[in-house]
Amino acid sequence: MQALVNLGAKTLARLRSFGSATLMLWGALVAVPRLKNIPLTIQQIYVVGVQSLLIILVSGLFIGMVMALQGYTILVNYGAEGSLGPMVALSLLRELGPVVTALLFAGRAGSALTAEIGLMKATEQLSSLEMMAVDPLRRVIAPRFWAGVISMPMLALIFSAVGILGGHLVGVDWLGVDSGSYWSIMQATVDWDKDVINGVIKSIVFAVVVVWIALYKGYSCVPTSEGISKATTETVVVSSLLILGLDFVLTALMFGVN
Amino acid sequence: MTSRKTELLVGLFVALAIAATLLLALKVANQGMSGSSDTYTVYAKFDNIGGLKERSSVKVGGVVVGRVARIYLDERELIPVVQLEISTDYIDTFPETSSVSILTAGLLGEQYVGLQPGFIFPGEDPIYLEQDSFIVDTKSALVLEDLIGQFLFSRDSE
Repeated sequence: MQALVNLGAKTLARLRSFGSATLMLWGALVAVPRLKNIPLTIQQIYVVGVQSLLIILVSGLFIGMVMALQGYTILVNYGAEGSLGPMVALSLLRELGPVVTALLFAGRAGSALTAEIGLMKATEQLSSLEMMAVDPLRRVIAPRFWAGVISMPMLALIFSAVGILGGHLVGVDWLGVDSGSYWSIMQATVDWDKDVINGVIKSIVFAVVVVWIALYKGYSCVPTSEGISKATTETVVVSSLLILGLDFVLTALMFGVN
Repeated sequence: MTSRKTELLVGLFVALAIAATLLLALKVANQGMSGSSDTYTVYAKFDNIGGLKERSSVKVGGVVVGRVARIYLDERELIPVVQLEISTDYIDTFPETSSVSILTAGLLGEQYVGLQPGFIFPGEDPIYLEQDSFIVDTKSALVLEDLIGQFLFSRDSE
């Protein structure tokens, strides 16, 4: 009996937090977009996008290099090292680009967003904004949401491009795969709509999920130092798990059925 | 207010993203390059197309001259028809007597259409492949199971 009560209480709590998260996003987005908020959004693109650039560039480069190295050692056994280009490009564009970017983004920018908004709440800055008749959802939440959704697909594209160049560096310049076949077989295999656009769609979905979770966890946290640290941890854990789960669903939808 | 430096860095970020998109579009997916040049369409009927796919290349002696645009089944004869888009750089180049066969790149590679230009007899007016020509002389893809079957059958009869 008690177990059933607990289950019901947990379900209701989950539903309630999902509902209030939706209400928060609704309040932030449905409000008429104001031109005045564009500079705020640009400021936030700087914080979540530009400042994440270094980690994206470095990890993209190294992931491309490692894939070329590992792929080469296996492909060379079959004399198929010409397929190194499509292997690197397809796995970056379809999976690693969107997924690893989203995971890094959740760790780098998502946690920072939660901590920032949590601290705003703890120091009652959000309440002060409301006192001054400024809607914190529009002023604080909406620019951060849009900045994240705009930045993440761009970061994912940069990640994939840098990874492919890293694969070229290791595969062609160091291991001696023919440069012509690296690019030409890649061009014959990679399809713009199917591979590149689907990767961008994936990273937009991940961006919405990560930024939404980060903002809601900060907005709803217990306004104490312990509460903020818990909310920050939850942001990273929950969004990482959701990214990996959603990635499977999206892959099955996009590439699973022909 | 956003400072000038912030705006500059965001601008740089956007430019980098555009550069990445261009690299992916032009160098990786080869978008625009393949579709930009004009093509003319010829058709070929095969008994069996094996693993040929749309967008497979059409090669003459290894040089790509076009792509497979569409593969469909002829409704009356129930045999596959392959629609080939040949670049207009090669118009009035291949005689009407040219033959096409479905070949495989390497042992495990993908399949492509090999075009073998026919002869032009001296003194005759050459007729070339043009828009909506049908290539009559075709060789089907090799199907491994058929080959093995033929091999076993010929051994049995000995």
